Order: sequence, then structure tokens, then C-alpha cells
Amino acid sequence: MNSRALEFWVGLFVLIGFASLLFLALKVGNLGVGGATTEYTVTALFNNIGGLKVRAPVRSAGVTVGRVTAVDFDTKGYQAKVTLNIDSTYQFPKDTSASILTTGVLGENYVGLEAGGDDAMLVSGDQITITQSAVVLEQVIGRFLYDKAQSPGGK
Amino acid sequence: MAERGSIATVGAFTLGAIRRLGQATLFLGQVLRHSGTSLTRPALTVREIYFAGALSLIIIMVSGLFVGMVLALQGYDTLQTYGSEEKLGVLVALSLVRELGPVVSALLFASRAGSAITAEIGLMKATEQIVAMDMMAVHPVARVVAPRFWGAVLSMPLLAALFSAMGIFGAYIVGVRLLGVDVGAFWAQMQAAVDFEQDILNGVIKSAVFGVGIAAVATFEGFDAPPTAEGVSRATTRTVVHSSLLVLALDLVLTGFMMRMWGE
Repeated sequence: MNSRALEFWVGLFVLIGFASLLFLALKVGNLGVGGATTEYTVTALFNNIGGLKVRAPVRSAGVTVGRVTAVDFDTKGYQAKVTLNIDSTYQFPKDTSASILTTGVLGENYVGLEAGGDDAMLVSGDQITITQSAVVLEQVIGRFLYDKAQSPGGK
Repeated sequence: MAERGSIATVGAFTLGAIRRLGQATLFLGQVLRHSGTSLTRPALTVREIYFAGALSLIIIMVSGLFVGMVLALQGYDTLQTYGSEEKLGVLVALSLVRELGPVVSALLFASRAGSAITAEIGLMKATEQIVAMDMMAVHPVARVVAPRFWGAVLSMPLLAALFSAMGIFGAYIVGVRLLGVDVGAFWAQMQAAVDFEQDILNGVIKSAVFGVGIAAVATFEGFDAPPTAEGVSRATTRTVVHSSLLVLALDLVLTGFMMRMWGE
């Protein structure tokens, strides 16, 4: 085999290899999403975050507008402090409320934002004050059983 | 005294294994020290990339395609019972990119290219080409071993990426085209779940480490083989067995580290 043909096949091999890496990065992975976009950071305090994890999506009306970047425990109020990075193209009023929701019945947790009516917009470093905790299935079942026992027709 | 003898056998075996490990490590150091030639004369390395990498394209592509297809069939069967078929893309992509891509392509690479490297170097030794080079003041490690080592190390990550990409394509064919998973959900859920650094980059790191392991075992076994027909055949078998075991062991260690590093 002459060296020109050999170089051609090696070149083809290297190109195919890098093309598959690029395919994995762009089509399979999430590289490029949020790469060049600017974001602003807000925090929210929750009584209970359920199973919320870092990198969980932040959604409003079902559209992903940002990601959870940190989950900490606030020792002052004994609450969970969730840091949200929101895409700068999406502006929310100051009185926006945040709640922790679940996709499907057993799906992952995400933060849902419900826009308020304030004229001023949230800026980086703000805190969302109106929050609703995650629905913990055990508590719901417990309350249901308790109510059932309390009601006069209950068995 | 029979017990003494059998205990001594165990001891001799252990010492022999440790000695071989030491020799292999020293040999790897020697290969790295004499790698300059493979960089100043890239034609040598390119030739080895052709033999190790380009000629492995077919087996890697076909195996990747089939593994992806089987994963899609099996995954669909299980996911369907929970009504979450649209998660098929996530299942296939994560298993391929994180584990199956690097590991299975490394095992195939060890049998396809690793054995060839060992046999080639071993036969060169048996036909006294290595000695002849030494006589002509050509360093055999720099001229013969290092280009093969680097050819294998550079080919491995590309082959693993290709394996994963073909697997995902196979899963797309079976899942979306044949079984009727929604095409939008297939890709969108996959993109939401697969992280570039955590999953793809770690997969690339894994396959590069596997490449070093396979190349080190293959070149050492070849260079160390007794210069006889039987010696070369045994060395080739040892290359496949040892490098496959090494890949699986390294995978466990690397996965452990990566899970801790990225874990919550």
C-alpha cells in the first residue's frame, strides 16, 4: 500500500472519529445549550424541596427557562435555599412565585415559576419570596387517612 | 514436605506475577522515554493508526449498531410496562456513552488490534529483526514499539466515540422507526439527560485510559515473548486475556472515581 492511500484512510478514520464525538456532544449531549447565553441568578427558600436536585430544570408554563445550580440548607430559617440560574431572555416580575413540581406521577422534580403582576423585574441576586414546597407523597397519604378517620361516615 | 512444596509453588507464582508487573511497568516507562521518534517521524505513527484504528472501523461500526439495536429492543420491552417508552433515548444514550461504548469497543480493540500488535512484535523478535535493528544502532523500542503504542492510544477514543454514535443511531432505527417511539421525545429527553462533561467527556477519558492499558499490555507481551512459534502464540493469547481483564478492572476504578467526583 502506498503512503498516499494509507494517509487517506487514516484521515478518513480520524474525521469519522471526530464527527462521532461532535455528534455525541451536540446531538446527544446538551453542549451548546446555555453556552453563549447570559443568565441571572435568583434564590428561593422552600420548607421542603422533596427530591429536587442540582441541574433540575426551571420551567414556566412548561418551557425550560433555566436550571437549578445549587441546593443549600439555610440554618437561619431552617429552610432549603435553592439557587436558580435563569436565561436573561426571560424576565420575570418581582412577585413571581416558585413551586416545586413533579413531571408525571413518579418523574423528576423541577421548579415551576408562575409570573406575578409587578412592574419591576427580578434582577440577579433577588430572592423569590412566594414559594410552595414539594408535595411529599407520604404526607398526602397520611393526611388523607387522617381525614378519612375524622369524617363521620369514615370507617 | 508436600505442603511445603505446594506453598512454595504459590509463593513462586506470586513472585513471578509481581516481577512481570514490574517488568511491564519499566517497559512502559521505556516506551514513554523513547516516544520522541514517533512524534518527529509522524509517518511511523500514522501507519500504526491505520492498522490499529482505520482497519478496526468495520467491526466497531457494525458491533455498535447491533448493540444499540439490541439495547433499544430490550429497553423498550421493560420501559413499556411503565408507560415510559419515550425514555428509551435516555436509557440507550447513557448506557452507551458512559459504559458500553468505551468498554465494549476496548474489548473488541484488544482482540482485533492488541493481538495483532503482540503477534507482529513477537514475530519480528522471532525472526531476529529486533536484534538486527539493535545492531544497526536503531533503537527497537523507539522505532517499533512506540509508534504502535501511540497509534493504539490515539485510535481508542475515536473508536469508542464512533461505537457510541453508531449505537445511538441503531437505537434510533429500532426505537423510532420500528417500534414507534416519538422522535421528538427520543432526542429531546436524551439531550436533557446526557451531560457533556459528566457523561461524554468522562467516556472519552475512560477510552483513552483503556487505550493506554491495551497498548501497554500488547507491546510488552510482544516484546517479551519467547522467540518461538509457541511463545508468540501464547503471548498473543495473554494479550487478549490480560488486556480485557485490565479494561474491566480499570473501568470499575474509573467509574468509582467519576461517580464520586460528580456525585451529589
